[in-house]
Amino acid sequence: MTEEIIIAGFGGQGVLSMGKILAYSGIMQNKEVSWMPSYGPEMRGGTANVTVIVSDERVCSPIINAFDTAVILNQQSLDKFESKVKPGGYLLYDPNGITHKPTRKDIHIYEIEGAKLASDMGNAKVFNMIILGAFLKIRPIIDDKNVEEGLRHSLPERAHKLIPLNMQAVQVGKDNVKQD
Amino acid sequence: MNINDIVKPENLVYQKSKLLTSKPFHYCPGCGHGTVHRIIAEVLEELGIDERTIGVSPVGCAVMAYDYFDVDFAEAAHGRAPACATGIKRVWPDKIVFTYQGDGDLAAIGTCETIHTCNRGENLTMIFVNNGIYGMTGGQMAPTTLIGMKTATTPYGRKPQWEDGTPNNGFPLQITNIISTLPGTRYVTRQAVNTPARVRNAKKAIKKAFENQMNNKNGVNFVEIVSNCNSNWKMSAVDANKWLDENMLPVYPLGDIKDNFELIKK
Amino acid sequence: MGELKLMKGNEALAEAAIRYGCDAYFGYPITPQSEVIEYLSEQNPYERTGMVVLQAESELAAINMVYAAGASGKRVMTSSSSPGICLKQEGLAYIAGAEVPCVYADVVRGGPGLGTIQPSQADYFQACKGGGNGDYHNIVLAPASVQEMADFVALGFDMAFKYRIAVCILSDGAIGQMMEKVVLPEQKARMTEEEIKAKYPWALSGRKRGTQHRVITSLDLDSAKMEEHNRHLQRKYDEITKNEIRWEEIETKDAEYVFVAYGSSARIAQKAVQLGRAEGLKVGLLRPITLWPYPTKAIDALIDKGVKGFLSVELSCGQMIEDVRLACNGRAKAEHFGRVGGIIHTPEEVLAAMKKQIIGE
Repeated sequence: MTEEIIIAGFGGQGVLSMGKILAYSGIMQNKEVSWMPSYGPEMRGGTANVTVIVSDERVCSPIINAFDTAVILNQQSLDKFESKVKPGGYLLYDPNGITHKPTRKDIHIYEIEGAKLASDMGNAKVFNMIILGAFLKIRPIIDDKNVEEGLRHSLPERAHKLIPLNMQAVQVGKDNVKQD
Repeated sequence: MNINDIVKPENLVYQKSKLLTSKPFHYCPGCGHGTVHRIIAEVLEELGIDERTIGVSPVGCAVMAYDYFDVDFAEAAHGRAPACATGIKRVWPDKIVFTYQGDGDLAAIGTCETIHTCNRGENLTMIFVNNGIYGMTGGQMAPTTLIGMKTATTPYGRKPQWEDGTPNNGFPLQITNIISTLPGTRYVTRQAVNTPARVRNAKKAIKKAFENQMNNKNGVNFVEIVSNCNSNWKMSAVDANKWLDENMLPVYPLGDIKDNFELIKK
Repeated sequence: MGELKLMKGNEALAEAAIRYGCDAYFGYPITPQSEVIEYLSEQNPYERTGMVVLQAESELAAINMVYAAGASGKRVMTSSSSPGICLKQEGLAYIAGAEVPCVYADVVRGGPGLGTIQPSQADYFQACKGGGNGDYHNIVLAPASVQEMADFVALGFDMAFKYRIAVCILSDGAIGQMMEKVVLPEQKARMTEEEIKAKYPWALSGRKRGTQHRVITSLDLDSAKMEEHNRHLQRKYDEITKNEIRWEEIETKDAEYVFVAYGSSARIAQKAVQLGRAEGLKVGLLRPITLWPYPTKAIDALIDKGVKGFLSVELSCGQMIEDVRLACNGRAKAEHFGRVGGIIHTPEEVLAAMKKQIIGE
C-alpha cells in the first residue's frame, strides 16, 4: 500500500499540522511516512501545501508530481492540483470559497463542508481534523486508535486534554463527507 | 662591583617574566607591544593563572604573540579575536581568556565582533593596542588615525571630508568610548606605556582587568593602550613617544572610563 | 533501539547534536535551516546536558567561535545555508589550516547570491572543492533522509576528531524541511575536562607548568615549514580517502545504466529506478554518501561490471558530473541532468533524461 497525498489551502487553515498528524498516525500504524511542505517567505496568509506519503515500503521520493488523493481547501489550490490527481484517484474539497468546482470525470470527487461544520461545533480550530476525518472515510488507511496515538505524539502535552474534541471532529468529518 | 658581582642572584633587581618565552621579539625597537607583552606576562605570573589561561592573538603586528607568551594560544582571523574568545570562554567558563588586538583588527574589520562581544557581557579581558596606524601591512590608515595624519593611504593627511563637504576618510573612531556605553562592559580604561609611570598604571589596569574576570561571571574588561608606531610614523622612538603625548593623548585621553558597570563622570 | 519520532531534518540534526554530547552550537538564522537554532533554543540543552547554544552576531562570528572552541578540544558545531556558508569560508580555511575538528551543516538553497530559499544542490563545488583559500578539503557527508541527518552528527564528530578536520553535513532545503520517521540515539554524556586533556593533548585547555605551551594557528612564515605542513595535510587527506569513502548502491547488480545522485536527488532517482525497472530497463542508482572523498572506486567497479553509462542527477547546472566524468575517465558515457532555481526534478523527468541522454531511443 502506498498513498500519496497533497493537502493544500491557505496558511492558517492547519494544512501543515493536519499533514503532521496524518504522518504521525501512519507511524503508529507501522507505516513508512514522509511529510514535505512547500515553504515560502510569508509568515501569514498565502498558500500552504504539504505532500504526505504513507506506505508499506521505504518512501523513495518525498517530492512527487502526481497524487493518489488531493485534499483541497481553497480555489487556488484546486486550480493548481486538480490536474495532478492520478486517473482513478480522489479529490476531497471544502466548497467554502470555491467559485468553480472540480470538473474531472476520471477521478472520484468528494465534498466536506469543513468550515461550516467547525463553526457548528463552535471551534474553528478543529477544522483540519474534520477534513482529516473526511479523508479517512474515503481512504481508510489508518485506524481511529492510531489517529488518536498520532495526535498524542504530535500535540504538546499541554494540549492533550483536547484530544477527545479532536477525535469528535474526526468523526464529524467521517459522518458528513459526501460524493459529488 | 664587577660583572661577576652584578650577575649574582642576590643582586638581581629585575628579571624577565617566566611567562615570556626566550624567543626575541620581532617588534621594532621602541614599539609599545614589547612593554605591553611584558606587563601582561607579569600580571599572569603574579596572579598564578598561567595554567588556566588561553590567549587569542590578532592579525597585525601581534599576530605571533603566541610565540612570546608561555601560555596556550589560538591565533584568530583578522578582527575575529572577540568571537574566538567568546567560543573558548563559553565552553571553558573556568579558564581565563584574553584577546590582544590592534586598532585595525579591533576597530575596523572586527568592529562587529568587538561590539557584540562587549554587548553580550562575555566574561573576558580584552587588550586593545591603539597606535593610530596599520603596522604590519606597512603604515596604512587605521580607523583611529588622527585627522591630518599622513599614512600610506592618506599621503596628504587624513581628511574626514573634502573641501566641498563630501565625505572622504572619516573621523578617528572612538571605539573605547563606544563600547563603554554598552551594558555588557564592566571595566573600561585607557592607558599608555610611553613613560615609566604610565607603564606602572597600565600594569595596574591590566591586573584589574584579569582579577575582574577571575572574580566574576560576566562583563568585558577592556584596556586600551595608546601606543606608538615609530617605524610607520617615520620618526625615532623617542620622538614618537613625544609625538604621542602631544597628538594622540588630546584625542585619546588617559584614565578609567567605566568601572563596575558605571561610567565615570568627569 | 532509541526513541522513534516524526521530525524535520533540521530538528533531527539538532536533537542528535544534543544527544551526542555536543558542547556548543554557534549559529545565525537563515532560511531554510533556522529550525536548527530554534529547536536547540527551545530544547534548552544548557539545562539538559550543559550544551551551550549561542545566536552569534553573524555567520562570520559563529564560525570563528567554532574555530576557537574546537581548538580547545570541545565538540562544537554550526549550521547555515548557502549565503551564510559563503561567510563561513574564512573560518573554514583557518580551521583546515589549524586542523581544528568541528561539524557544520549546510542546508543548501538556490543561488548565486541571495538566490532563492528553495532547495538546491548548487554548492557541491563550494563544499567539495575548497570554498576558502588554500589546498584543503573538508569531509563532506550527504544525508538523503531525516534519519541520516541525525546519524551523520555522530559519524561527523567521530571523523572530525579522528582526523582533526571539519566535517560538512551537506543537505538541502528538502531534506532540512521534510519530516520523516527517525530513530534517535540514546543520550551520551559530554566529555569531562580530564577526558579532553587525556584524549586531545593538542587542545588549548591551559598548559601545565613545565610543559610546552600549545598554539593553534594556521600561520607559518617559514616557507619550508609551510610546505611541509601542506604535505602533512595532503597525507592526511590521502589517509581519509583510503579509509572513509562511503556510498550506497540500489539495483546495480545487473544494471547497464546508472543514475549517480546524492541527497534529495538520490530519493528522486530511486523512484526513477523503480519506474524504469517497471518498463524493463536495466537501471540502477549509485548514491555517494561521502562527496569528499568521492566514491570514484565505486564508479570504476561498476564500469568493470559492464555499466555503459551514468547520468549525474543534481539540483544544479552540472557540478558533481565533473567527478563522475573523472571517475569514468572516458571508459563510459557520463552526462548531467538537473533542474535549478528551486524547481525539483520529478522521477518521470529524471527517467526521461536517462533514456534521451544515455540510453538513446
